Amino acid sequence: METLILLAVLSFLGLTALAILRLRDGVTAVMLAGLYSLLSAGVFVLMDAVDVAFTEAAVGAGISTVLLLATLHRTSRMTHRPTHTPLIPLIVVMVTGAALVYGTLDMPAYGDPQAPIHQHVGPDYLRDGPNTTGVPNVVTAVLASYRGYDTLGETTVVLTAAIGVLALLRGRRQGKERS
Amino acid sequence: MDAQVILRVTARLLAPAIWLFALYVQFHGDFGPGGGFQAGVLFAVGFILYALVEGLAAAETLIPAPVSEAMMALGVLIYAGVGFTGMAMGGNFLDYNVLAHDPHHGQHLGILLVELGVGITVAGVMIQIFSAFARESP
Repeated sequence: METLILLAVLSFLGLTALAILRLRDGVTAVMLAGLYSLLSAGVFVLMDAVDVAFTEAAVGAGISTVLLLATLHRTSRMTHRPTHTPLIPLIVVMVTGAALVYGTLDMPAYGDPQAPIHQHVGPDYLRDGPNTTGVPNVVTAVLASYRGYDTLGETTVVLTAAIGVLALLRGRRQGKERS
Repeated sequence: MDAQVILRVTARLLAPAIWLFALYVQFHGDFGPGGGFQAGVLFAVGFILYALVEGLAAAETLIPAPVSEAMMALGVLIYAGVGFTGMAMGGNFLDYNVLAHDPHHGQHLGILLVELGVGITVAGVMIQIFSAFARESP
């Protein structure tokens, strides 16, 4: 049953991606991209990754859609028909995609307990996490306690990225006022 | 009669609920899905929804621009501050065990505070970026 739902959601993902490709109207494309994110969140829930699904739904379907719409509002709504032939980009994408699919052939099966990722520190976290940290949600224990350095780095990256974006947007406004 | 009355009333009803849910996700992250990052985004979404229907100026009477700008840095400061406090109390950087008399309490306190730091930074960043776009709009 779960596999059936997963297949249905995955085919919706494919259909949404194809629909986005055919669109020339930016606003509709952004809306469909939001839908794509929401469907991905559904896939993550089916794979028992609720924390990731939560982030995908909030950031991908929520904030990104708003920010992309704001960007479209500032630029132009319709995309122009490409002047060059799409043959070379198509070949590049096909080759890259084939290489990636070929790469997945070597990966362990989904959920395989013998996979290297489940043999390293993962079992220790799952076994000792609740006792060492006293926090029932292992994801939170790993993010905030075991991997506290990484999360501090990520938060700093968010701040640095925002400083960059804001510097660009504000610089533009001041330039406009001067001219 | 305002043509957007349904939109405005719905948004006004939803915004406080979104903020409340953001706080729940923030402080319940130890037990359920969620944490600082998701909570920060949700908090910013409440602000953005309010700004979309009432205008940026009305939303900025709730959270003035200098406040959300300071929030961006404040969160990272709280996070790193927790790390240095651990060092000052005799542990390693970001060692929460020494923060309280009992290692479990220390872990709880440390995780709560660093998640709060993440939430404050993310909320500030999202609000600031949205505001920059909204203010730019012709």
